[in-house]
Amino acid sequence: MTIAVAVFPGTNCEMDVVWVLRSLGAEAELAWHRDVDLAGASAVVLPGGFAHGDYLRTGAFARFSPIMAEVERLATAGRPVLGICNGFQILTEAGLLPGAHLANRDLAFICRFVEVEVVDTASVLTAGTQLGQVLRIPLNSYEGNYLDPSGRARLVLRYLEPNPNGAQDGAAAVANTFGNVVGIMPHPERATEALLGSDDGKVLLEAFVRAAVTTPAPAGGARSGVSVV
Amino acid sequence: MSDEKEDAPAAEELSAHRLLGLTDEEHDHIVRILRREPRPAELAMFSVMWSEHCSYKSSRRHLRRLPTAGPHVVVGPGQNAGVVEVGDGWLAALRIESHNHPSLVEPYQGAATGVGGIVRDVFTMGARPIALWDSLRFGPLDRARNRYLLKGVVSGVAGYGNAVGVPTVGGELAFEDCYSGNPLVNVMCLGILRPDQLVLATAGRPGNVAVLLGAATGRDGIGGASVLASASFDVETEAKRPSVQVGDPFEEKKLIEACLEMYEQGLVAGVQDLGAAGLSCALTEPVSRAGLGIEVNLDAVSRREPDMSADELLMSESQERMMAFVEPAHLDEVMAVAKRWEIDAAVVGTVREGGNVSVYSGGELVAEVPAGALAGGAPILDRPYGEPGWMEDLWSHTISFMQEPALANSLLALLDDPAIASKAAIYEQYDHMLFLNTVVGPGHDATLLRLKGTRRALAVSTDGNGRLCYLDPRRGAARIVYEAALNVAVVGARPLALVDNLNFGNPEKTEVMWQFVETVEGIAEACRALDIPVVGGNVSFYNETDGLDIYPTPVVGLLGIVDELNFTPPRLDRAEAGMDVWRFGPTWAINLAGSAFEKVTFAHVGGRPSAPDPTSARLAIETARRLAAGDLASVLHDISEGGLAMAVAEICIASGVGARLYFDDWRHLFCEDPHRFVAAALAQNRQRVTEVADQLGITAEPIGSFGGGEISFERAGMRTSLDLAVATEANRRALPRRLV
Repeated sequence: MTIAVAVFPGTNCEMDVVWVLRSLGAEAELAWHRDVDLAGASAVVLPGGFAHGDYLRTGAFARFSPIMAEVERLATAGRPVLGICNGFQILTEAGLLPGAHLANRDLAFICRFVEVEVVDTASVLTAGTQLGQVLRIPLNSYEGNYLDPSGRARLVLRYLEPNPNGAQDGAAAVANTFGNVVGIMPHPERATEALLGSDDGKVLLEAFVRAAVTTPAPAGGARSGVSVV
Repeated sequence: MSDEKEDAPAAEELSAHRLLGLTDEEHDHIVRILRREPRPAELAMFSVMWSEHCSYKSSRRHLRRLPTAGPHVVVGPGQNAGVVEVGDGWLAALRIESHNHPSLVEPYQGAATGVGGIVRDVFTMGARPIALWDSLRFGPLDRARNRYLLKGVVSGVAGYGNAVGVPTVGGELAFEDCYSGNPLVNVMCLGILRPDQLVLATAGRPGNVAVLLGAATGRDGIGGASVLASASFDVETEAKRPSVQVGDPFEEKKLIEACLEMYEQGLVAGVQDLGAAGLSCALTEPVSRAGLGIEVNLDAVSRREPDMSADELLMSESQERMMAFVEPAHLDEVMAVAKRWEIDAAVVGTVREGGNVSVYSGGELVAEVPAGALAGGAPILDRPYGEPGWMEDLWSHTISFMQEPALANSLLALLDDPAIASKAAIYEQYDHMLFLNTVVGPGHDATLLRLKGTRRALAVSTDGNGRLCYLDPRRGAARIVYEAALNVAVVGARPLALVDNLNFGNPEKTEVMWQFVETVEGIAEACRALDIPVVGGNVSFYNETDGLDIYPTPVVGLLGIVDELNFTPPRLDRAEAGMDVWRFGPTWAINLAGSAFEKVTFAHVGGRPSAPDPTSARLAIETARRLAAGDLASVLHDISEGGLAMAVAEICIASGVGARLYFDDWRHLFCEDPHRFVAAALAQNRQRVTEVADQLGITAEPIGSFGGGEISFERAGMRTSLDLAVATEANRRALPRRLV
């Protein structure tokens, strides 16, 4: 029941995500972007950071990393897939979620707590929440201004006003049709302890861990080219 | 060896050393060492290694007065970073460094590469960098040029720091006229490591190979140490832009991970990062420390541009490069780690007996110099210094107040002063939460970072006050050390170790040198009084543009430790209606010299600031620490810029609650005399707060209470107030409205 946490060169939130998933009782292992086999993984998280330096465009190179074929396989098999911040950008770039990300409306990086409201509970991230529940979670992004001209995105979390970055419909997190692939711009892993300012993100990641456990995986552990610290 | 030309030095060669920033005396000294004229590549190496920036030739004899020893000091000054024990088998590595001139010439890249450089200094020691602080100073924001510099520097810190994956968790921002032509960009980095991962900048033993890791070498940053960092500026600074390096945080992120993996596997004997003086430094300092020599093959250095000359390769300050010294048996493993992290690696030298650095290019010997002559071989200067005649005038230039000012208006003016106002518009552009350690983040007196897997937490405060140090360098410098120590105490920590960044004008002027000597003495006095070792630092001279020197501006970064984080750390936003306002510390003086009040409301800088008092300092620090660690105060905040009124107003704004303050002499509201702090505490804690103060013999007075929607000042028969919403708006908008 291992959750694979993908690491691209330039990713920087992988340790935080592993730390939190383990604190929630999950098995989590890092998976280097050149690893092409996630056979043992029951779910995958693409954490935040600057994959491949965000050069050219966020996620533009990462979508071609070998691990993405496996991420796509897991996604189409109905397994839980979560992209946080840069991971969300990679999922849209890879076409696993609709839409794209523009620079923030005010053209400045934003790192601060924001409030989001649950607008859909039918996803691996929001299954443990109530409609209308308000969560306080930090944003940490420059390209957080989500745009979906197709209108296919299923909004699951919405920023309370004022909209911090200009995202369409205040989209803070969106899911695919089946709710197993979710992209979220704020960082739930940064809000799981009151000591650090909020534990509102816990309910989201707990739901994701539950989904990872209840979706059966084939035998064998996630293979990882990266030592786990 | 003997087939070299022995021609007499030609006229153009003599001017060559001057173009590189070497004096005629230094040139003669080099000739005496080599017993011949230096070759061009040798001259290039000497010019950067003997620059003020790399050699500390003007400051070294004075820096010896700083206390550097302590039972928990593992590595003191002289290495890439200081290292101290913090308990539970953890060490902390810390360093602060300036990137002032590069940031003046090209603010984004100057600041970005300043971040890159300090991060490398810390992971060179084997530590994982976990946090950054930026201490910034600019000219007033009513000038477009200063706004451009501030925006560029902040974008550079954000652009590089965020992407390299090291959170920027605090810092400072101040404004004075003297920084208009010379902004100060000081960056501090903290890392953590296990003792067995400690790596020193040594070449190890003969036969080890030097492996150059990371980016290719280009023509950027040539002469950065000598031309940019060790000379004064004039209106022609734009022409020096090619001397500024260009940063690539992505390359550095990969380099961090690759190096940490190499250390973890025990693959390297020593490491030196490539910063100032580039290859010249990275090849010679580690072999000089080991008492050895090295044979270098420049042809193995991968380059960004064709046709780079040997001296360009040796002087280039291209970023994101590291030099690892590796035993041949581990070479294959080192290359494999580099390959996996997708960074370049090339063997560029072999460590030899004998003490000479021999550099070959195209099969030809281009330099052969004793390593010890380059590293630490610069002639140490004893520059003349003396108290300037104008100090007495400055001290007697005081202001006398005929009547009490309008208190609410004065407070509002201070709240709107960009140096005092909320810095949220700046630090919200920095990732300050990565690694899940930030318990108390930017916007507070000190940052508090938990140490995961332990009960401990690390506190850091960066502090400087150029105005105070201008009015009295020794008192000012001592006071910023005491202030930093009080700042870490208000989050519950005890001071552990200090790094300093000494920013000064032209050391060839006797008054600047006097300011420097007095400053070092002030820091030394305060550090001795508090038993805090100085474990590293940086000296930045020549902060002079068009003949105008900056204020003497030491900036200190102080590391403190919380042994057991079993309390809720005080924060500015924890005050609640009904809590008492307390004031702690001595009341023996009322001195407004150097205060923000005099500067902001009267545009006055003069008089002599109060001297610090070591005993009061120790008592204040210990009282604050006990109140925090005992959960007796919800908010603790030191009284500094803007005085008591400002300290309480900041608590009110952060907590969204008003306050009533009782006072007798209005000057107490704005005076910035040292060793004083305020607290917000529950009424039920009154008895215990008093007990702590009595045990330590410190004055503690309840001076009001929190509540309501106004900040009001009251005295028999008189009341004046400021609406909290107005105060909040002024404070939050002060910076953004000036930066549009």
